[in-house]
Amino acid sequence: MKFTLEIWRQFDGSDENDKGRFETFQVEDIDPDASLLEVLDQLNERLSREKQRNIAFDSDCREGICGACSLVIDGTPHGPQQVTSCQTYMRDFIDGQTITIEPYRANTFPVIRDLAVDRGALDRVIQAGGYISTTTGPQPDPNAMPVSPEVQEQAMDAAICIGCGACVAACPNGAAMLFTGAKVTHLNVLPQGQPERQDRVIGMVEQMDAEGFGGCTNYGECSRVCPQEISIDVIGMLNREYRKAKLTKKSKPDKAMTTQ
Amino acid sequence: MTVLDSKIPAGPLQDKWQNWLDAHTLVGPRNRAGKNVIVIGTGLAGASCAASLGAQGFKVKSFCFQDSPRRAHSIAAQGGINAAKDYANEGDSAHRLFKDTIKGGDFRSREANVMRLAQLSENIIDQAVAQGVPFNREYSGALATRSFGGVLVQRTFYTRGQTGQQLLLGAYSALEHQVAAGNIEVFNRHEMQDVVIVDGEARGVIVRNLITGEIERHAADAVVLASGGYTNVYYLSTNAMGSNVTATWRAHKRGAFFANPCYTQIHPTCIPQSGEYQSKLTLMSESLRNDGRIWVPRKSGDDRPPAEVPEAERYYFLEERYPAFGNLAPRDIASRAAKVVCDDGLGVGGTGRGVFLDFRDAIGAQGKDAIERKYGNLFEMYSRITGDNPYETPMMIYPAPHYAMGGLWVDYELQTTIPGLFAIGEANFSDHGANRLGASALMQCLADGYFVAPHTVTNHLAKNHDEVSTSDSAFDEVESDVRGHIQKLMDVGGGTSAQAFHREMGHVMLDKCGMSRTAEGLDEALTDMRKIKAEFWSDLRVDPGDEEFNQSLEYANRVSDFLELGELMIHDARRREESCGGHFREEHQTDDGEALRDDDHFAKVTAWEFGGDDPVPHDEALVFDDVKLATRSYK
Ligand SMILES: Cc1cc2nc3c(=O)[nH]c(=O)nc-3n(C[C@H](O)[C@H](O)[C@H](O)COP(=O)(O)OP(=O)(O)OC[C@H]3O[C@@H](n4cnc5c(N)ncnc54)[C@H](O)[C@@H]3O)c2cc1C
Ligand code: SF4
Ligand code: FES
Repeated sequence: MKFTLEIWRQFDGSDENDKGRFETFQVEDIDPDASLLEVLDQLNERLSREKQRNIAFDSDCREGICGACSLVIDGTPHGPQQVTSCQTYMRDFIDGQTITIEPYRANTFPVIRDLAVDRGALDRVIQAGGYISTTTGPQPDPNAMPVSPEVQEQAMDAAICIGCGACVAACPNGAAMLFTGAKVTHLNVLPQGQPERQDRVIGMVEQMDAEGFGGCTNYGECSRVCPQEISIDVIGMLNREYRKAKLTKKSKPDKAMTTQ
Repeated sequence: MTVLDSKIPAGPLQDKWQNWLDAHTLVGPRNRAGKNVIVIGTGLAGASCAASLGAQGFKVKSFCFQDSPRRAHSIAAQGGINAAKDYANEGDSAHRLFKDTIKGGDFRSREANVMRLAQLSENIIDQAVAQGVPFNREYSGALATRSFGGVLVQRTFYTRGQTGQQLLLGAYSALEHQVAAGNIEVFNRHEMQDVVIVDGEARGVIVRNLITGEIERHAADAVVLASGGYTNVYYLSTNAMGSNVTATWRAHKRGAFFANPCYTQIHPTCIPQSGEYQSKLTLMSESLRNDGRIWVPRKSGDDRPPAEVPEAERYYFLEERYPAFGNLAPRDIASRAAKVVCDDGLGVGGTGRGVFLDFRDAIGAQGKDAIERKYGNLFEMYSRITGDNPYETPMMIYPAPHYAMGGLWVDYELQTTIPGLFAIGEANFSDHGANRLGASALMQCLADGYFVAPHTVTNHLAKNHDEVSTSDSAFDEVESDVRGHIQKLMDVGGGTSAQAFHREMGHVMLDKCGMSRTAEGLDEALTDMRKIKAEFWSDLRVDPGDEEFNQSLEYANRVSDFLELGELMIHDARRREESCGGHFREEHQTDDGEALRDDDHFAKVTAWEFGGDDPVPHDEALVFDDVKLATRSYK
């Protein structure tokens, strides 16, 4: 197969003068079973031979679980297949087609170079409450606290979020509601998560705001691109948990942190 | 010759760890904030260790090269984690898990370490559940378990097919909790380049900020390496693209001994390679072997669709050769058996290097729903990658490089030969001998990180250390070495990318130092590797600009270390004149093709001292008091 690739090049997001631009590359002799990232690898090998600068992009596991890869493919975060960028195969495209590849576009995810962005804001949202405050040491036997398979499934369906940030990049408001809702759902439906239920949701929502993520106005784009198919229901859960916590909780926990 | 002191505590095997704990030195709560620890790596081992030290009140700096600690390679583990809880009432116990692990490792690991691991296994599950890890549950609400390769009991706990992800997110959340508490500072997109030794002790590291390219100095009272395994030495493997050996290799060059580098694991159930362009191989969890049956057609070149091959013409080679364990035979045995049938021309698929993993009978017996509940996401992943539907046609699998049993030599305290430098998780060599059993890497990483290293590191911190500052001359020297190496990479000025060299060396390593090895092949491999290394240093191309985000430099830096490690693996494989576990020397096999150990000469660990082209081996004898050395049989 052969393709025309329109790839975003940008030296450094902090350079005011470098607003970035598309560059066009032709690639040929592409195996339909190659992944899009493997085509970028091949292109980079060629650029090295031509003594041209390689295209920067993030990836690690290349099997859809680490959440590192983060391309906007033909205008959609991770592309139209609702899988991660690394699970996008060339057989998914039409021979001879032009494919555009850009970095995530969100003001909370500054570009580092070309297609690589900084998603540190998501880690800081987790720091604001996305955990159970237990420390290492003797713990009760798990079977002393039975969890029905239904509840386990509900927790697991949310816990599988890979933190890729595609939901943010897809949202016209740049909201991180699906990501945050997934973590709140995972922990707040489990018995272990009950004691900190309210602090957790308030802390995480306030950190989301502090980072500059937008609010949710029900576009639903987030769950349409989410490679883990996290259900939009987690946003409903997040909103309910937050409202309940704000109504019943007396003092505001001192959890929101400043952006670093 | 340095005498390797493994520091195994006295007393009966099952009391050793408690005895050690009772005797170790503590640091008072008020003094802990004054003690600094550097932890390299945020995988299961590193994240759990950093979180545990942070929770005790020590000040921890945690480093990873990914953009978030949550993306460490551990996230990809699928199948499960072992613990001797005996929930299934099969008579399982820590002692049984210990024995299985020693035998699984082909009697090449330390009894005391493995016993401690088995004893701690139960606590890991409790710890993870307390953090909110959503393990699969039975209808009663109790934890579910399944069996995994190489054992006859159901002691494997799992969260669907994403056990590593959930365990890592548990450890990551504990880490972020300590970040919020002010005890841990995380440095993501930072890569350790070297360790700094002051007065004979590890007192800091030199790291490269991967975004700015800045070379930074960090000082501490102890350094813990949790940087993972080195299987990417084979280029194609199941490991993440970034997994590399730099942290442990640079420590090795500063004096830490490297143990058993030739012990690598080739995993039996991976998706076969389809082309040269391929960048990695995908593992299909071994748990699939619980219900899938492995076979090839008895006739070479049989190209009927698998469903049309009648029962009598199917060669279920594991079931026939190993009736007791059948498809659950340990990995080294299952992989080699697949290689043998493919070498004999019975392999399937385009390249002839594949065997079937067939769910027809399991679906018939249990129904499609039951199989989907157990393996749904794995089946999905398989069909996403190959375009085939495993509910209807058997999967095709072939062995792929997967795990490194070898690693930095550590004593019972997980301390390397450099005082104050610890190695945990896959980065050390300690518990799996010559072959690791399924679901025991996660167990070892978390045992090391939650329950062993926090105490042994404390024991080291309890000694009085002089303040060390990053302006110490030792930092000057190491930093200048690091800068020199980077400059050397930048200066080659050739026209070939690091990836091309990596691919080339990977072929050599897999072919000659992979699933089976010969003296002749290893000698050739050494020559080949030296040639590739010379080409690397004369024709490498790195993008200009070392003080900026430069992935081609990162890659070249890692490959420069793989090239050196590869040579050491070859030396080690050459010297070990026996077959054991993942190390199969064709010269040493029984009449029916099984591995032939030589306990008289090789019941020992080989720990290599760095010596450039002439590395120096040191031996640690393995003493077996509890288990009897026996030929490993899964028949
Ligand atoms: C596909 C797959 C499936 C698996 N499934 C199972 C399973 O089901 N059960 C099981 O028990 N085991 C399994 N394993 C094995 C297991 O996952 C690994 O052995 C284990 O996760 C290793 O963890 P770790 O903490 O030692 O290192 P890793 O998770 O590899 O983490 C290494 C860390 O070190 C950091 N690092 C490395 N070098 C540097 C440097 N120079 N500077 C800074 N940071 C650095 C990285 O950023 C990363 O954070 C599987 C492995 C694979 C590949
Ligand atoms: S919710 Fe989905 S899209 Fe958003 S970070 Fe998680 S996995 Fe990615
Ligand atoms: S590279 Fe890990 S999810 Fe794509």
